[in-house]
Amino acid sequence: MWDMTRNDKNPVSGPHAVEVRGLVKHYGETKALDGVDLDVREGTVLGVLGPNGAGKTTLVRCLSTLIVPDAGTATVAGYDVVRQPRQLRRTIGLTGQYASVDEKLSGWENLYMIGRLLDLSRKDARSRADELLERFSLTDAAKKAAMNYSGGMRRRLDLAASMIGRPAVLYLDEPTTGLDPRTRNEVWDEVQRMVAEGATVLLTTQYMEEAEQLANELTVIDKGKVIANGKVDELKARVGGRTLRIRPVDPSDLPGMARSLAENGLDGVAGSQAVPDEGVLLVPILSDEQLTAVVGLLAARGYAIADLGTYLPSLDEVFLAITGQRPAVDDSVPTEQTEEVAV
Amino acid sequence: MSTVTTAKPAPAPAAAVSAPAGEGRIGLRANLRHIGALVRRNALQIKQDPESMFDVLFMPIIFTLLFVFVFGGAISGKGQQEAYVNYVVPGLMAMMGMNIAMGVGTGVNDDFKKGVMDRFRSMPIARSSVLIAKIVVELGRMMVAIAILLAVGFMLGLSIKTSVFDLFLSIGLSAVFGASLMWIFILLGLTMKTAQAVQGMAMLVLMPLQFGSSIFAPPSTMPGWLQAFTDYNPLSNLADAARGLINGGAVAHPVTVTLIWSVAITAVTMPLAVRKFRQKT
Repeated sequence: MWDMTRNDKNPVSGPHAVEVRGLVKHYGETKALDGVDLDVREGTVLGVLGPNGAGKTTLVRCLSTLIVPDAGTATVAGYDVVRQPRQLRRTIGLTGQYASVDEKLSGWENLYMIGRLLDLSRKDARSRADELLERFSLTDAAKKAAMNYSGGMRRRLDLAASMIGRPAVLYLDEPTTGLDPRTRNEVWDEVQRMVAEGATVLLTTQYMEEAEQLANELTVIDKGKVIANGKVDELKARVGGRTLRIRPVDPSDLPGMARSLAENGLDGVAGSQAVPDEGVLLVPILSDEQLTAVVGLLAARGYAIADLGTYLPSLDEVFLAITGQRPAVDDSVPTEQTEEVAV
Repeated sequence: MSTVTTAKPAPAPAAAVSAPAGEGRIGLRANLRHIGALVRRNALQIKQDPESMFDVLFMPIIFTLLFVFVFGGAISGKGQQEAYVNYVVPGLMAMMGMNIAMGVGTGVNDDFKKGVMDRFRSMPIARSSVLIAKIVVELGRMMVAIAILLAVGFMLGLSIKTSVFDLFLSIGLSAVFGASLMWIFILLGLTMKTAQAVQGMAMLVLMPLQFGSSIFAPPSTMPGWLQAFTDYNPLSNLADAARGLINGGAVAHPVTVTLIWSVAITAVTMPLAVRKFRQKT
């Protein structure tokens, strides 16, 4: 179990841009949020990691005043989500899971409209639209209707739309879900740029990799509850971070390789793990230096390696490491079926 | 599970939605600017999708031709279609508002399925401005429909027996009543799950109101119970008012009844619609 209570172990302190305490939202029997606490420090990115149905989107919708929580409190930039929604809306930008732009309008018209709705003068709204289209590499598509954009272009337009008012806090609700890897990298680049410019970001994601790329701190939620939180590095150390997968030419080398690494303290906290069935050795990697040293050592000992690569744990593996079980399957799926299969 | 959730029993129930008075309020000028930006959005949508204007362009033509040539002879006597034109065109003007108002409901329903509504609702604008902009644009569409209706009417022999001023009064009255109807359909659009359901529900309300009225035929030949219905049917009153304003005759009573209906409908459905819109999740 995890014990990284942010309050006493957080080495970096700073004012909180977002503070959530005991937030509850029920939909009939479903507890979408069941007492969530979290903080986002100013100028940092908090990743909210969880499977489908964990309550991530409900959280974002509460924090953007789209729904009213049943209990608990949440403040953004000091404004209460329930009592000061109007002031709060001036400080936030929202990029939803589904592109929240008007499909029938061109990219430029979308941005211009939002500028006007944010009380920019006609002139300022025009120049801000031009500027953001340029920045998000959409200038060529400025006059095309958003419905004709590719998935990645739409998501970029959505990000641009959220940036118009220079919000103090930006919510990104699964910004790359459904995007291909190249497009995903484009979106990541943009998010990193926004953060470099000082934005505070609350990012929800289903991917450990995305959280690792973008977030300073992580909150893992499941079934409306926070099950872990802490700095990304700390969580990674617990979960294992990257794993190096080595396939020797001769599978009988596996025990010897594992021993060599252990003797030299190169097998991480949890130790390496031989998987004879697949003929591979799995080594938890905490740093690039360790990775280099592992490869160097095995080469120096004369082990012939057929294949190697590193990979990040999947959300499933993260949950397995934290809770000892896989993320809950959708409640609507009858459990009997899985039991039958197991028997 | 020893989780980190310091789930203290949530203290204050977060029900009080009332903001501290005045703080963060949206001023009238800002509000008008927002409505303007959203009207522009709706107008651009039409430009992108010109087919959405087909109803406005063709409905008045088809209806006028059909009614004048199919029923005109029967009601006013063979060869007397021209007399019927002056009867039915003011009535169709009343109907036009209703048919266009119906489309607002399906439009709002569609709009809500799109992410852009979330964006609007998370922005510092009065939420009602989204709905008001929709009504402004629909009133514009209604004016186009009425202009076409009158043009067709004139071609078939419509004559203004009063003054152009009275004609404009009748158009204005239709617009006022049409706007009040739009709130009903916005409310329906926000309440019902699918656009098809809105359409079906709207038809159910529309048919008796349209045909149980003085729009197409004088109620004098209808049975007493139906006459009682048409007397209070707002569409009859609007049609009678428009007829009086264009052809001359007493208008005080139907105009008053129409205005009372408009105010009453708006007073009841507009707050409900705006509230529904705010609470929509």
